[in-house]
Parts: sequence; C-alpha cells; structure tokens
Amino acid sequence: MTSEDRPLKIVIVGHVDHGKSTLVGRLLHDTGSLPEGKVEAIRAMSERRGMPFEWAFLLDAIQAERDQGITIDTTQIRFRTERRPYVIIDAPGHKEFLKNMVTGAANSEAALLLIDAAEGVQEQSRRHGYLLHLLGVRQVAVLVNKMDLVGYAAERFGQVAEDYRAYLAGLGVEPVAFIPVSAREGDNIVRHSPAMPWYQGPSVVETLDRFAHLPPPVDRPLRMPVQDVYKFDHRRIIAGRIESGSLAVGDEVVFSPSNKTARIRTIEAWNVPEAPERASAGQSIGVTLDEQIFIERGEVMSHLEGAPMESNVFRARIFWLGQVPLETGRQYLMKLGTTETRVTVEAIERVIDTDDLSSRPADRIPRNGAGEVVLRARRLLAVDEYESNPATGRFVLVEDYRPVGGGIISMEGYPDQRRLVTVKSTNIHAVGHAVTREARQARNGHKGGVLWFTGLSGAGKSTLALALERELFAKGYHVYVLDGDNIRSGLNANLGFSPDDRAENIRRVGEVAALFADAGFIAISAFISPYRADRERARRAAGGDFHEIWVKASLETCERRDPKGLYRKARAGEIPDFTGISSPYEPPESPELVIATDELPEEECLARLVRYVEEHFRT
Amino acid sequence: MNHLDALEAESIYILREAFAKLDRLAILWSLGKDSNVVLWLARKAFFGHVPFPVLHVDTGKKFPEMYAFRDRYAKEWGLNFIAEPCPPIEAVDPTLPPAARSAARKTLGLKQALEKHGFEGLILGIRRDEEALRAKERYFSPRGADNSWDMKDQPPEFWNQYMTDFPPGTHVRVHPILHWTEVDIWRYTKRENIPVIDLYFARDGKRYRSLGDRDITFPVASEARTIDEIIRELETTKVPERAGRALDHETEDAFERLRAAGYM
Ligand SMILES: Nc1nc2c(ncn2[C@@H]2O[C@H](COP(=O)(O)OP(=O)(O)OP(=O)(O)O)[C@@H](O)[C@H]2O)c(=O)[nH]1
Ligand SMILES: [Mg+2]
Repeated sequence: MTSEDRPLKIVIVGHVDHGKSTLVGRLLHDTGSLPEGKVEAIRAMSERRGMPFEWAFLLDAIQAERDQGITIDTTQIRFRTERRPYVIIDAPGHKEFLKNMVTGAANSEAALLLIDAAEGVQEQSRRHGYLLHLLGVRQVAVLVNKMDLVGYAAERFGQVAEDYRAYLAGLGVEPVAFIPVSAREGDNIVRHSPAMPWYQGPSVVETLDRFAHLPPPVDRPLRMPVQDVYKFDHRRIIAGRIESGSLAVGDEVVFSPSNKTARIRTIEAWNVPEAPERASAGQSIGVTLDEQIFIERGEVMSHLEGAPMESNVFRARIFWLGQVPLETGRQYLMKLGTTETRVTVEAIERVIDTDDLSSRPADRIPRNGAGEVVLRARRLLAVDEYESNPATGRFVLVEDYRPVGGGIISMEGYPDQRRLVTVKSTNIHAVGHAVTREARQARNGHKGGVLWFTGLSGAGKSTLALALERELFAKGYHVYVLDGDNIRSGLNANLGFSPDDRAENIRRVGEVAALFADAGFIAISAFISPYRADRERARRAAGGDFHEIWVKASLETCERRDPKGLYRKARAGEIPDFTGISSPYEPPESPELVIATDELPEEECLARLVRYVEEHFRT
Repeated sequence: MNHLDALEAESIYILREAFAKLDRLAILWSLGKDSNVVLWLARKAFFGHVPFPVLHVDTGKKFPEMYAFRDRYAKEWGLNFIAEPCPPIEAVDPTLPPAARSAARKTLGLKQALEKHGFEGLILGIRRDEEALRAKERYFSPRGADNSWDMKDQPPEFWNQYMTDFPPGTHVRVHPILHWTEVDIWRYTKRENIPVIDLYFARDGKRYRSLGDRDITFPVASEARTIDEIIRELETTKVPERAGRALDHETEDAFERLRAAGYM
C-alpha cells in the first residue's frame, strides 16, 4: 500500500456523552497521529481552567463546547493506521445538533456507533442507527464504551449488545462487530485489553482496517447532472461530474427531462498531455457535442439505454431537520442533482417512530423525525430510485435558505412518464381537414368534446357512462362510450396493468377520445385514470373540449359495493398495484363537475350529467 | 482514480457550483501554496480561464519574493487581478496582542474590499487539517452582514448540496480545498508543476511552512530543499504546520474570536 491511497471515511455516532470525542482523541493519540505538544497544550489549558483533562478537547475546539463538555459541530480529522489513511468524522450526540450529525454521517463510508455500557441504549443511539441506514451507511460496528464503569463485566456487555442488535435487526442491519471498550482508558482501542480477557474479537483499529472502500459506481448506468454550460472561447462545454457509469467520445447521449440527444464529440481537459477518450464515475469533466442543442444546468446526461425515469410526482423516505415541522400542502425548494424546483407535499403516508420503528399516519413530521411522503413538482424531473442509483436518487429540501431535510426516492406505484411525452416519429405533419369543425357542429346541432370520467373502481363510472350514453343518444346527440371493454380488447390488447402500461393505456384513450371529439362526437371515457399527470395529458390532447368529471365515492363505499370482487382480491394480495389499496389515486384538483355517487341517488346523478351536457354542448 | 484525482474532482465540483450559483464571486489569493492550488484548480474547472476576479488583500508586509511572484503570475495567467490595501494598524483595536491585531487588520481590509466590490461569494484556500476550528468548517459557509461566522449554528451540508442562496446583505465563503491536507497540497503541486515561492524551500537549515506577514511568521528548522524532500519531511514530522504563526499561540481563544469576526 502506498501513502497515496484514498482515505476511508468513518463517522463516530451515538447518544450524547457516550464518549465519541474521547474515542477519537484516544485513537489519534494511541496511533501517534497527534502533532507535537498538542496533548501538553490541552493539559495546560485544562489546568488553567481548573477542569479535569479530557481527550475530547482535542476535537471540541469551540469555547462553548469545552465549557459545556459537549460537541456542537462535527469535526473531520485525518489519521492513519499501518494499513491505510482515514478521515475520522466526530459527530455530536445531542439531539439539538442532529443537523450536524447528519452533515458528518452523510458522506461516510462506515460508522462506529458508541453506547455507554452503564447507561445502555438511549434515544439517540436508536435515532443515529436509523439515520445511518437512511443515509446509506451500510458498514457499522458497535462499541460498548465505558466498560471501566461496569467493572469490565462480560454480562453487561452482552446485555447492551443484544439490546442494540435487536434494534438494528428491525432495520435489516447486521453490524460487523460489537466491541467492549473504554475510550478513556484505551482498552481495546489499538491493542487487546488485559482487563477483558473474555473478549476475543477485533480491536477498534483492527475493525477499522476491515471496513471496505466503496468504489465509485462505474458499473451503473451513466448519470451526469449538468452543472453549467461554458462558452469562454470557441468551445461550448457541458460541465458536470459523472455520478455513475462511464462514457466515451462518440457515445450517443440523451439529456433529461428535455429529451434532446447528441453525440459526445470531445472530452475537454486543461493541462493534460492528451485529450481523454473516456471518463467515469467520480470525475468532474466537460464535454462538447456534435450538435448545438440547447442544454441548461439541471438536466441529466445519460445514454439512451438506461436513462433516468421522468416524473413530476414520487415517493420519498425523508428525515426532517427544520424547526418548523414538515406538513401536508406545504411547499419547499428541492435540490436534486443540479436541478432546483419547488415541490408540494401532497401526502404524508406515515411517520416513523425511530424508538421502536413503529409507524402511524400523520399530517406533519416534526423536527428530527422521519417518515414517508409523496412529493409533487410542477414540471417533469429526471429521477432515479435510490435503490438503483443512490447519487441521483436523493435530494435535499430547503426552506428560508437553509437545508431542512433530505430524502431518498422510490417510484413504487408511479409510472415513468418518459415515453408518454416523447414523440418517436418526427416527420409527421398535421393534415388539415376538408370538413371544418363548424360544419360538423352545424349539422349535428351540438359541439364535439370529451367527458372524462375519473374515480375509484366501483364509484359508478361505467354505469353512469352507459346510462348517459343512452339518454344523450335518445336526445339526438352523437355520443360514444370508451371503456375497458372496447379499448382493452383491441387497441390496447398489448398492455397489462403495471404502472407504465396503465399510463400508456390512458394516453391512448386520451388520444382516441380527442379524435372522436374532433369528429363531432361526445366521447365519454370511463377509466379510473388515477394519475393527475395522465389526465392533464388527455386534456391537452383534446384541445379545449375537455370536461373532467369526478365520479366520487369514498374508498369504504367502493369497497363495500365491490361489484366485481376486485377489492377483496386486492386485499388478499392477489391483484398488485390496485388503485386505492396498493397504488395511489390522485383526486382531481379542479374538475369541471363532481358527481358524488355515495350521496345522491343514481337518477339524480344522471340528471345532473344530462343537464351539464345540455348546457355546455348544445349550439 | 487515485487520491489526488478524487480530491481534485471534488474541488472542481465545488468551484463550479460556486460559479453557477453566486453572482459576484471572487477568489482570495494570498500567494501561498494553498491559494496557488485553488487558482490552479479554478483554471482546471474552467478550462484555462479564471472567470472571476482574483483578490489580494495586501497588508503591505509580505516578503518581496511574494510581490514578485504575484505580479508575474497575475500577468502570465491572464488573471482579472485586484489588489486592495489594508487600513493602517492604528485603525485596529489596540488592546489586542500583536499578532491578533495584525490579523484583525487583515480581516478589516477584507471586509472593506468585500463592501467596495459587493462580492457575495468569496473563495478561500483554507483546509481542515490546519487547525481545530477550521476542521469544523463547511464547504459553503454563510457569513453574517458584519462578516461574522456563527460557528455554533452552521447549516447542515450533505449529499453535495450546498447553501448557495442566502439572505440579502450576507455573503458566503467557499472552501474548495477544505478536505485537503498539507501533504496533499505538495503532492499535487508537484504533480501539476504549479509554481511556488522559494521561501518554502530550506536555506541555512530553515524554511517557511506557512507564509503570512513578515513580522509575525517565522521559519521552522528544516533541510527540505525540494518538493520531494518537503513531502518526505511531512510524512514523518510531528511539528504542526502553523507552528511558525505567532497568531495561534497568543491566547487559547484568540483564534476563535478572530474567526468568528471574519478572519479566514
Ligand atoms: N469512565 C469513562 N468515562 C468516559 C469514557 N469515555 C468517555 N468518558 C467520559 O464521558 C464524558 C463524555 O465524553 P465525550 O467524549 O465528550 O462524549 P461524546 O459522545 O463525544 O459527547 P457529545 O459529542 O456531546 O455527544 C467525558 O467526561 C469523558 O471523559 C470511558 O471509557 N470511561
Ligand atoms: Mg463529542
């Protein structure tokens, strides 16, 4: 191993006063990493102030930290063992400074979690364990500290270790080691302690040396969030850092969410012997393209194959650091890669109690809390699921200039909207019709348009659509119902029920309904169409003649009606992605008409629909 | 990717974030080994250009070699160079010990330069391993209207998202080489062949490890005459880098008070 090796980043976490800073001070001292005179200076300072000497003073450099014997902010310090160099990140344990613990832990590759043997597992021991998991720190060793206070007793060590092992098991985390130590006395830090002959496992330093480096994710799909576009000279350089994957000159790339494509012409670099031909994860680079397409900061460059998803709505597991709780309906600035956009908290699905990992519904997440939310942006974003690409699957929320929370993305139940917006053939030109819309209206005596029914399964969409079709036909309207039966068996026979297929199903229905409307018909569509984005797209397809009609009934009512027995099957887990049960329904925000079928008798519902059509479609 | 490549990539990312997000940005050039590396990294980040002013807050008490170095490379590297003088020492709190007073003068000079040019972002070459308070710094560190650093309530910083927006009247300090160490700086200086001032190399058994004002910076005992020898020396030495800086030794909390007031 050479001295040029990359240091491994280790964070030290745990409840307040459990001895984290003492451990770090001790590690630095016992491995001979401290500069000359440092310990003497701290000793002299302690004497001058009439305080006992503390190893923690090596890290706790702010006067207020020393005065109160508490770490306020995180410190990063380099040290090395015989095997390799490290960055040791000392984090504060007091809950008031959780934001600083997160700052320290978020960039670490591994963690040591300390628990005071006498006090046992405490609130922040658990919360820090939970946060390590959420922050993606997967390598953890647990140190049961202050063994000197419990007479170096194996039983006490066993109890504390078991207690915490059970908690971590609830998160699916298996620590690499449990080590009994005394940070202050130096037991089991560098060498094995004669005070605990019953312990045969590794020392702290041996454990550090067993942690693995996390290699840059070169094997994942290419992601390069665009940081900037430079035009300092004749070159137009797209600059950014490759977060995952790799690229080479000549590669065809796509920028999301604008969906523009080009080829990499050059990889630019300054002060290198020859221009690079390829680049990979971790590098900050610049490229020029073969075509002058308009690209801005915030887009994500990828290959065509394995591009990120596009969506304006997604789920996230978040932790919250803001003074003011996170609440449903509130807006925050979201920073995702190099994109910034405002998002609204559409729903808080659950709040997690980090003490026992139980969860419950709530409409706010308090400071230092965690939970699962649904966030909605006003425009499409390029997103990855955290599980498939951590670097581009996580984001930070900002309020009043300050970062207040972080989250990791899941797209469970939400479709990729990319192919719905991409026009695949580009050589199509609109053909003007010989018969005008006005001529059709004049002959029919009414306008064409789309009545778009949306609502839960069992809300009454099909029943009402068919009844309305009969009524309107009798009154001389040109009317036609599009529903599952006539669409799914033909036009959409190739689609299943995955979120992606459902979105495509609705896209096609929207386009067909628009054609019917253009032909002078009143097209009634009767699909659940749970996603707002899909309905918005159908509205755009129809031009101005679109009427969103919310056929509304509560989930309980629909489940009670359950005309096709579907809810029962969904509850039994036989139908995946069932709207309302295992997949979301996004209610309309401003529908043209709401028909509450659980409040009105069927005749009244129908009468209101007929009245609506007479008012809006007769010419 | 080796260690130096990783350090460089991170620093370039930070410089580009600063340039993309901050309107009136400047880089503080103290002519020492660290700020030379920062300038070099800026040229890498922006493909040979430094697209913002390079500011030297001049105490008037630097070594002559430093002025010569400054004038030469400001020209050779095509920098948009600004020198701003510090106010006379009489304008600074006379109750401070000598080195602290000298540092306070520099802080005042910096503050006046910031006001004069209206910079909202200032790039500085400080590193965590220099001393214990800097070890607690953020890459993007917000400063109050009076230049102050609220070290007891810093914003969280994680996942490469930095505080790049802040209330009117305040500014931000950007620290692109915060994660480097002294020996990293020398290894990189050697690899990239970055020019440095001769004062860093031993003459008559002494060399400067850190360059400040002539009257408050002292050489340390050393036989290192080349960068390789400096690297070898640093791999074994236990003498702290700022040992030759009088400022750090005057009183226990002198440095904390200076930094809270806006010293770099
Ligand atoms: N007896 C005994 N005391 C210890 C041991 N380790 C730490 N302490 C004492 O516990 C107190 C708290 O230690 P710190 O290192 O400051 O604790 P910390 O976990 O860093 O605290 P915060 O950073 O404020 O959360 C100090 O008085 C230490 O001397 C140990 O192994 N045995
Ligand atoms: Mg501490």
